[in-house]
Amino acid sequence: MLAALALVLATAACGADGTEAAGGGVMLTLWTRAATESVTKAYAEAYNAAHRDQVQVTAYPNEEYPAKLASAAGARALPDLFAADVVFAPQYSAQGLWADITDRFAALPHKDSIAPAHVRAGTSEGRNYALPHTIDVSVLLYNKDLYAKAGLDPERPPRTLREFAEHAQRVDRLGGEVHGTYLGGNCGGCVEFTLWPSVWAAGGEVLDAEGRTAKVDSPEMAEVFALYRGLYEQGVAAPASKDEAGPTWLGALQSGKVGIAPGPSVWLDPIESKGTKLGVAPIPGLAGGESTFVGGDAIGIGATSRKAERAWDFLAWTMSEQAQVEVIAKGKGVPARTDLAVNRYSAADPRLVTVNGLVAKGRTPYARNFNASFNDPQSPWLRTVRGALFGDAARSLAEGNSAITKSLRQG
Amino acid sequence: MSRLAGVLYATPTAVLVGVFFLVPLGLLGWMSLHRWPLLGKPVFNAPTNYTALADDELLGTAAWFTLKYTVIITVLLFAVAFGLALLVQHRRPGVGFYRTAFFLPTVLGFASASLLFLGLLSNEIGPLARLGLVAGDVSLTSGSPGSALGSAVLLVLWRFAGFNMLILLTGLQAIPVEVYEAARIDGASGWQLFRRITIPLMRPTIALVLTMMTTGSLLAFDQFFILTRGGPDNSTTSLVMVIYREAFVRLDLGSAAAISVVLLAVLLVVSAVQLRVLRRRST
Repeated sequence: MLAALALVLATAACGADGTEAAGGGVMLTLWTRAATESVTKAYAEAYNAAHRDQVQVTAYPNEEYPAKLASAAGARALPDLFAADVVFAPQYSAQGLWADITDRFAALPHKDSIAPAHVRAGTSEGRNYALPHTIDVSVLLYNKDLYAKAGLDPERPPRTLREFAEHAQRVDRLGGEVHGTYLGGNCGGCVEFTLWPSVWAAGGEVLDAEGRTAKVDSPEMAEVFALYRGLYEQGVAAPASKDEAGPTWLGALQSGKVGIAPGPSVWLDPIESKGTKLGVAPIPGLAGGESTFVGGDAIGIGATSRKAERAWDFLAWTMSEQAQVEVIAKGKGVPARTDLAVNRYSAADPRLVTVNGLVAKGRTPYARNFNASFNDPQSPWLRTVRGALFGDAARSLAEGNSAITKSLRQG
Repeated sequence: MSRLAGVLYATPTAVLVGVFFLVPLGLLGWMSLHRWPLLGKPVFNAPTNYTALADDELLGTAAWFTLKYTVIITVLLFAVAFGLALLVQHRRPGVGFYRTAFFLPTVLGFASASLLFLGLLSNEIGPLARLGLVAGDVSLTSGSPGSALGSAVLLVLWRFAGFNMLILLTGLQAIPVEVYEAARIDGASGWQLFRRITIPLMRPTIALVLTMMTTGSLLAFDQFFILTRGGPDNSTTSLVMVIYREAFVRLDLGSAAAISVVLLAVLLVVSAVQLRVLRRRST
């Protein structure tokens, strides 16, 4: 009933098709989620200033966005371009929500340097459907002032996950409102973004290559969970970690009372703007190594768009050196091209070189049913996470693995 | 001529019901028999969408929870609303203020009310935590299945008690004063008046209120979607949340339609039985 109603409403709402932009070009509609709105708008402004075609950005709240896209697709009224969380890209590609861009992509001169994890996510059955739009990698963010107070060297971040735990414990001993670390213990997306790199760094896997079998019951995963569980039980991880469902995650780190925590690299600026001096390091495995979750948004041409050619012109432009350096790098973002990891803006801040360099090494997990299996609050993954961190760990990981595999293979 | 006039009068409503209820209902039934992708051609696959429901563990949990929630809410909400209606039944100084105060939460949108409670009960920003009324780090909306359900029940009571009070109050005031007076002359006690006059004469109103409460609870969505997000560990996931998940997370519109059809059938049966039983006794 709900779906049928949504279809009817969406059909009614999306009838108009304004095509003419001032100056003779066409107006391209671009949808994005609120989390990446500022980057999308920066791209659009730079493009609009130099082109006759104009890109009009509409942003929707993160939680409502997938439903908004689904109802627009059902009504065959998708925008000309739309970006989406990169982990949803395999599902959208397989469902045909984005137009096929295989041939156009193959003709791009710098196609081999475009973030490989994102390109893979936007590929279904050998065909390309999406390009990277924004890149957000997970890193360790640590508070340099608290490090100095705790007698740790602010220029020497941890090299192993065990060392990370020791540092967190040291900072936690400062007492008062200060805590060693913080995690999103009630948020499936937060945990996969920040804990999976430690598994990958140790040579472990979370999923098989096709995204049809879960491997969360691996020893590597159990060890990583056990370490974070220990930190929570000792009170080193702030108690609010248990209920952190995502919305207050950034706020907790902005408070300046957390020693070290894995988090999104795009938070570097919002946290520092609150007066906290941050250090950045790659996320290590238990005994060393490093990896990252290459997140962010992928973008493609709406399958129902009648302006695919013009929309591609915008997409191809976003991958140009000019857009990547003068829009993304200038705004302290992570370039989507590995050959631009070192550029005139990152050169000014060595932390950005560390972040940019991770794009080539990192991974984006690939699964058609990723959202239903991992990110959704009703996903079997969230249940597994909570069991592994706060309940019967061994049983949760074993049962969770079969429940997630079942969910991955559904439909 | 008079027949034509009748048809003309009924046409606008018939068109509205047809376009906004019968056509979507037909589409829904049709969808539930197909594998229905967002784009592309639907493929007939009946009865797969229905047989798969038995296999869906989350759906089972949600069905059980929704049933439990419906019973709890119906009993508590009815008791509170009826209590309030009896309290403000008679004209006396200040009663207007209380009637308004009890009814006031109804004017607030349900989603806004849910967000309001989310803020109030939050252990990060909520006043309960700030005032130190709750010891330690207790999350009332996601800490345990019991507290999550409790917070949602509290919200629904607060939001809907006044509305149901108003309907019950109308029913109470429709009972002729003479009936009470005659009974009092015959020596009936207060309790006897309530049991022998108020309750029997209120039956049609009670039937209406109970039917609205049960259908409303079986269709619960906003409060859990916003307040508890169905957690912790899916303990407060309602049936409509499962429909939403099937349609917009799994993008399986056929399966979402099948669950909707089953839920619709259950609602029809429950409402029919409820109205029939309560109405029969009232005649």
